[in-house]
Amino acid sequence: MRALLLALLLLAAPVAAPVWAVQPDEVLADPALETRARKLSAGLRCLVCRTESIDESNAPLARDLRLLVRERLVAGDTDPETIAYIVDRFGEYVLLNPTTSGSNIILWLAAPGLLLAGLGISALYLRRRAQPAGVEALSSDERARLDQILKP
Amino acid sequence: MIIELGHFALVLALAVAIVQSTLPIWGAERRNVALMAVAAPAAVIQFLLVAFSFAALTYAFVTSDFSLSLVVANSHTLKPMLYKVTGVWGNHEGSLLLWVLILALFGASAAWFGGNLPPALKARVLAVQGMIGVAFLVFMLLTSNPFLRLEVPPMNGQDLNPLLQDPGLAFHPPFLYLGYVGLSMSFSFAVAALIEGRVDAAWGRWVRPWTLAAWVFLTIGIALGSWWAYYELGWGGFWFWDPVENASFMPWLLAAALLHSAIVVEKRESLKAWTILLAILAFGFSLIGTFIVRSGVITSVHAFANDPERGVYILLILAVFMGGALTLFAARAGSLEAKGVFATVSRESALVANNLLLAVACFVVFIGTIWPLVAELLWDRKLSVGAPFFNAAFSPFMVALAAILPIGAMMPWKRGEIGRALRPLWPALVLSLSLGALVWAMQTGRSALGPVGVILGLWVVLGSVTDFWTRTGRGAIAGRLSRLARLPRADWGKATAHAGFGITVFAVSAMVAWKTEDIRVVQIGGSYPLGPYEITLADVRDVQGPNYTSTMAEMVVRRDGAEVATLFPEKRNYPVAAMPTTEAGIDYGLFRDVYLVIGDPQTGGGWAIRSYIEPFANWLWAGCLIMSLGGLLSLSDRRYRVAAGARRPADAAAVPAE
Repeated sequence: MRALLLALLLLAAPVAAPVWAVQPDEVLADPALETRARKLSAGLRCLVCRTESIDESNAPLARDLRLLVRERLVAGDTDPETIAYIVDRFGEYVLLNPTTSGSNIILWLAAPGLLLAGLGISALYLRRRAQPAGVEALSSDERARLDQILKP
Repeated sequence: MIIELGHFALVLALAVAIVQSTLPIWGAERRNVALMAVAAPAAVIQFLLVAFSFAALTYAFVTSDFSLSLVVANSHTLKPMLYKVTGVWGNHEGSLLLWVLILALFGASAAWFGGNLPPALKARVLAVQGMIGVAFLVFMLLTSNPFLRLEVPPMNGQDLNPLLQDPGLAFHPPFLYLGYVGLSMSFSFAVAALIEGRVDAAWGRWVRPWTLAAWVFLTIGIALGSWWAYYELGWGGFWFWDPVENASFMPWLLAAALLHSAIVVEKRESLKAWTILLAILAFGFSLIGTFIVRSGVITSVHAFANDPERGVYILLILAVFMGGALTLFAARAGSLEAKGVFATVSRESALVANNLLLAVACFVVFIGTIWPLVAELLWDRKLSVGAPFFNAAFSPFMVALAAILPIGAMMPWKRGEIGRALRPLWPALVLSLSLGALVWAMQTGRSALGPVGVILGLWVVLGSVTDFWTRTGRGAIAGRLSRLARLPRADWGKATAHAGFGITVFAVSAMVAWKTEDIRVVQIGGSYPLGPYEITLADVRDVQGPNYTSTMAEMVVRRDGAEVATLFPEKRNYPVAAMPTTEAGIDYGLFRDVYLVIGDPQTGGGWAIRSYIEPFANWLWAGCLIMSLGGLLSLSDRRYRVAAGARRPADAAAVPAE
């Protein structure tokens, strides 16, 4: 039944559904904890939505996850512990901010790498443009001839 | 009957497009003037046929012709007339027809306004444009025909997706398509130039207005979409790094890079190969965007018509056009010799830096968008790449871009000195830094984002003003003011667009850094404070709309006892589409928006109410508008129209010395 509901939800939400997100009854009494909870939920993906975080989503599953995050925080877990708890159960798919582990290092280093490569190529190009091809230094014969002409 | 004529016109347009894509290009090779001359009328006829076909489909939507399966799936007799019309492109098939219409429109425009192009180049450009037309017309007729009839028409339709029944979203797709498809012109010019093996200053001048137009439309389209997300999705977010948003953002970034590198081709005859490559890639990203939206390979918030078969076809189009163009590029790029010589510190180098930053930024967006797909295919890892990644990986490039923009814009061509370019900019720099420091001191315990946004935004805006003012030369203020009016429109455009970019940078960081949020249960008649305001939930009632029912709250916003506004946030339900939507109640202001959303009734009585103060929200849309206005100003520069006007010497002589 739950699977069916999930499937229905997936079908029914092809376009960003209106968002109620965090409900008043979920908010923790301790503002410091609540701030941490909000920060953590902004980085967790709602599993049945498209690219929405559980902080933005109104899906019931997102609500369950938000409550779970708050539960862990109230139980005294640190932020990384809470995230690890959720990832253990739902897989790294829930992380909107991909980790830097394994192959993901390519993702994180791709842009800086390309920037460096681009800088290198640009520097080479700029140096070449600064010295036009075809204009070579004078040969010693030419130099001597020039000196002769320029002699007062 | 009209429907059949529309269908027939579409098939005929395909036939014309085939002629347009073959005869002229062959004529250009054989130097056959008659064959080359086929191109222009063919482009115009193709446009007229597709336009007729589009009109026929619109007619079917307006008259609610439910014998058409597309109308049944996307319309309803009770829908307001505006959305009956916009419903034409609120679906896969219709939006594809709009795409082809705009493609044909650009082809026809090149035929109409391309009078000063050399005949061979014009023939080749139109032929390449025709080839794109053939590909998409075949795609549409084979997989996504909008003119399919139903044998037994139902009594009424299934209504358009309610989220699309909104003025902001109604005009978002046409502008976006004008931008996407406008880049096909740059692509056609690039491929035509590669076939000819010649890229010169004149080519740079011809290709720039088309790119500029496409960029302006893309800017407006993206801003409309973002504005829509802001007021419709109910929590005041304006950018989600959703794959489809990214799909429109990547061509925008590359088009911006292309605009700038084409200037170098035009003024200095350098960066030719790079500019050609950019023109090819920019259109490539438009096609990738089409693929992402329509294939469903990458799941996204608003992908529609997810169909693997269509995806494969678009991938095929992408492969053929990108593969062909890039092969041609590899073969010919070596012969595109640069002429201009310039020092390492010069306007040229600054524009290279601009291109580098924009291109790498585009690459960040690209790799972030496709990474989940790559990771699953190669390593069987199911993962997500969301806003936190993009914010971290993309923002530094925009910061760097804003930081170097004013200096680069003041740098002279050929050879410059950073110190000399910076000299007139000192006041702007000092002013921006001190205002940033002031803001930093005033805000309590928040991130550095706000102050950095202030510094960068102000620096770019003041830098543009300084650049513009120095263009008037020296001397008395009055003389300089009168010279200001005579400055070429391109200079006006440059200053305006750059200032718009600065405003956008500022607004984005202000909205992210200084947003105030409040979530609570409010009883009817109850009040609560929100920043400097006091908000009262006066009433909640049910309202009947034309094709929806609505729960509407009446909320009064007061400041120091005086009423500021009365807002009516709504929760709508569209029974035919069985979908709820939120309509936020927004009091728009110069420095902040008060943004109220009504949620569900609570079991203990009262309503869940979410309220936000969105600082400088209007500055974001204004910044985008100013950017596009700058593009339009530059586009209206008469040098584009009379530029290569060697054809009519009388006109050329009338150009004032600039």
